Amino acid sequence: MNSLPITEADLHAYIDGLLPAARHAEIEDYLSARPEETARMEAYRAQNAALHALYDPILAEPIPGRLTASQSVHGNLMQRIAAGVAIAFFSGSVGWFLHGAKGNDVSVAQNTSANATPQDSQLARRAAIAHVVYSPDVRHPVEIGADQEDQLVTWLSKRLGTPIHPPRLGKLGYELIGGRLLPGDTGPVAQFMYHDVTGQRLTLYVSNEQAGNKDTGFRFTEQGPVNVFYWIDGKFGYALSGSINKNALAKIATAVFDQLEKS
Amino acid sequence: MPDDSTQLIACIPRLRRYARALTGDGSRADDLVQDTLERGWNKLASWRRGTDMRAWLFGIMHNVHVDQVRKPTLATEELDDYTPVPHMPHSPTAGLELRDMESALRQLPADQREVLLLVALEDMTYDEVAAALQLPIGTVMSRLSRARERLRAIAEGRPIIASLKVVK
Repeated sequence: MNSLPITEADLHAYIDGLLPAARHAEIEDYLSARPEETARMEAYRAQNAALHALYDPILAEPIPGRLTASQSVHGNLMQRIAAGVAIAFFSGSVGWFLHGAKGNDVSVAQNTSANATPQDSQLARRAAIAHVVYSPDVRHPVEIGADQEDQLVTWLSKRLGTPIHPPRLGKLGYELIGGRLLPGDTGPVAQFMYHDVTGQRLTLYVSNEQAGNKDTGFRFTEQGPVNVFYWIDGKFGYALSGSINKNALAKIATAVFDQLEKS
Repeated sequence: MPDDSTQLIACIPRLRRYARALTGDGSRADDLVQDTLERGWNKLASWRRGTDMRAWLFGIMHNVHVDQVRKPTLATEELDDYTPVPHMPHSPTAGLELRDMESALRQLPADQREVLLLVALEDMTYDEVAAALQLPIGTVMSRLSRARERLRAIAEGRPIIASLKVVK
């Protein structure tokens, strides 16, 4: 064997997993005869492990808003929101949304996707992004909780300039968690969040920016892992998003629609 | 462009992890990330597609960090290899407890800490570190080696190393 001499750099590369397999075996041979060097390498390996143990939890922390906000100066709002999806799925599946949004509208009623306009599918798209950004959040899923529902209703109604109320979905097994204000196309929109006893979360996105769009019946679209039912009624646009199956979601969307009709 | 932006945003969690380890302080770390992102957005057009965006961003963060450290606002004492290592009680495991690791990391000179973190935490190759920090590879290796040895010395205390040598 004409092995190259073992250098300090080789030893580090051995610890860091940067050596070719053949060289790896040579280092192990070298170390097997040198307990002191072996101890040193074990200490270095333990340092790597300790650094990961200390700092890896930061990867899973919610990103502070100020870090994503800086992009608004440089990119348009849509890019920024799409980027929010990338944060939620930062490991690998970046971009599903951008691809998924191109042609996945599925019609569920006779008067549906044939005349879908870019604006009304935009509603579903925004709602789906808001859903994937906020519904996985354990600590801050909503800005105001259901325990302060009066305040929530007053605040959102004031900000949207229109009275809005979260529908009651208790009969269908979904309780209100609370709600938050979000940026829409031209101003504020609202998001209400619900969950069932298993922790499954649904969000209802309410926009009052749809005056320029025609009324629609129910439309259904899949946005990546999220199913969305949406419809436009006058200036209001509604989108109910969740990761439950289409039939279950349709039932809830119908209940939401009925309640809103009566109010 | 949206793809570039998405890619940049996707790097944020890693930038935060690195910045936290580098500065040892949550809000200073996020300041560093924020400054890095702002510079990154402004220079995004100059990033060459097909090259590693992560390495590019870490390079920017390095420069931002150097600028901040150089600002004479706070008198910080940079340690070098000649600063005596404080003697710490010997732990029976002879390894760094997590808490100790955090404080030991603070005792490394910043240039060694950077290299160690990019290798150990970011899993960068030595060439990638050299490119990100614009250093010769030899400098990267010597900083890495000194950083690790210094952490080990802090964890074990010099007398223990000496006694190991006696055992041999």
